[in-house]
Amino acid sequence: MDTNLVRNFLALLARFLSGASVRWIDSQPDTCQRVYFANHTSHLDPIIIWSALPPRVRMLARPVAAKDYWTKGPVRRYLANRLFGAILIDRKEIKVHQSPVDLIIREIGHHYSLIIFPEGGRQTSGEIGEFKSGLYYLCKKRPDLELIPVHIDNMNRILPRGEVLPVPMLSCVTFGPPLWLEVGEPKTRFLARAREAVRNLKEIRDEE
Amino acid sequence: MSLIGAVLVLLGAAEVIVWALRRRPAGGIDPAILETFRLRVHFWWILLAALAAAFLLGHVVTVVLFGLISFWALREFITLTPTRPGDHRALFWVFFLFTPLQFVLVGTGYYEMYSIVIPVYAFLFIPARIALAGDYKRFLERTAKIQVGLLICVYCLSYAPALLTLKLPPLANGEPDTGGGVQLLLFFVLIAQLSDALQYAWSQLPNKHVIVPAINTTRTWEGLLGGTVSVTLIAAGLWWATPFHGSNWWMAAAMAAVISLMGFAGGITMSAIKRDRGVRDFGTLVEGHGGVLDRVDSLCFAAPVFFHCTRWWLLWQLAKN
Repeated sequence: MDTNLVRNFLALLARFLSGASVRWIDSQPDTCQRVYFANHTSHLDPIIIWSALPPRVRMLARPVAAKDYWTKGPVRRYLANRLFGAILIDRKEIKVHQSPVDLIIREIGHHYSLIIFPEGGRQTSGEIGEFKSGLYYLCKKRPDLELIPVHIDNMNRILPRGEVLPVPMLSCVTFGPPLWLEVGEPKTRFLARAREAVRNLKEIRDEE
Repeated sequence: MSLIGAVLVLLGAAEVIVWALRRRPAGGIDPAILETFRLRVHFWWILLAALAAAFLLGHVVTVVLFGLISFWALREFITLTPTRPGDHRALFWVFFLFTPLQFVLVGTGYYEMYSIVIPVYAFLFIPARIALAGDYKRFLERTAKIQVGLLICVYCLSYAPALLTLKLPPLANGEPDTGGGVQLLLFFVLIAQLSDALQYAWSQLPNKHVIVPAINTTRTWEGLLGGTVSVTLIAAGLWWATPFHGSNWWMAAAMAAVISLMGFAGGITMSAIKRDRGVRDFGTLVEGHGGVLDRVDSLCFAAPVFFHCTRWWLLWQLAKN
């Protein structure tokens, strides 16, 4: 089957099922190499962001996902490997000589963009958790990457942690203005700044 | 059929007017009013498609279309209503079992089932399922929210396509009136939308007496009375073209008045819910989709009442003959 056709169909289906409205605030879709980083509440999050991107940008975006979840069963394996081109990270065994950041940098080359969730795991509280340092090390090695904050609203109600069947509520994906790692910026300050960028998008959403 | 043609021409004209007004750089018309009107016209197209489908493709398509409208309206309602993780499983069944089931039952025309499956079975199932989930916090409040959503968005609205299954008395020449259900639905939708528009138009009068300022500042006594009286007069004048032509002119007029008053009740109720949640309309939640619930609120309240009034009228006719 034509993979591109399946991709477009799946993106449409995901858009319909999640009822997602997509907004770009002080930001535009672009095919340049980017890192989309978002809050994480549901296994569907990578699919939602992926489907919210315009088709030409979507083709270049590869989600970073947990190996243990996305290699379970033939359907998930097909989705992760063939359709999303996901970069799978082994959460259980992190080897010293094969760090996830190196793997990611090798996989994206100078072509692909990334979809990552720097909180490390799904949050249940509704708040945005502290960011793990992976984002910082990634940017330190590739300071040219444009970082786009993304906020996903309502996914924790559509498919909460521990549930298998989704409830079709309406979600909203907001893309914010790009930011970069500044020269000599300390790790904690950078991570706090990135987290604040996602939080700002959430607040814009809540004010409406 | 000629009625559908007339509506088609009217809607086409409305679309052209919207297009022309939008092109004007800084017209004297408030853009917000224009946008409301544009969304309204788009919704009318969907309703017209549903009615035309009933004529051309049979009742199933109309029932499915109303089912989809219901599903989306319920989505908007529940999205806006705060729920807790303990409600997840109950909500799953509400969306994927009770909503489709209601429309399947309406499609089969089995009145004894579709009139009770939600108010009895679903309404008992919801609190029981939430209790099983083990979260008792604000239990009654959460149960009521889901029940009201299901009642207004699904149960009430499903009475609109249910009109298709009503059997009208035979025609003067003794043949059965097969198109009667479609006529009832057409009458209902036209009057409901017309009364919405007329109530809005009448409330634009300079001398305004707002009915409930705390809830809705656009609904005025002038709008309610003016809209209801004008829609009643229209129905009375055109009574020979309505499904009630076998009866008296005042039957068509009374039905139109009931639809108009219930439409108002629906609008003001949904306004109260929106006010409580602090939004202007359900549509602000999902940009680009328009708020489906904002469009159907009057239909939701008017449909079951109109359905039952018509059903009583039919039983009365039957007893008379």
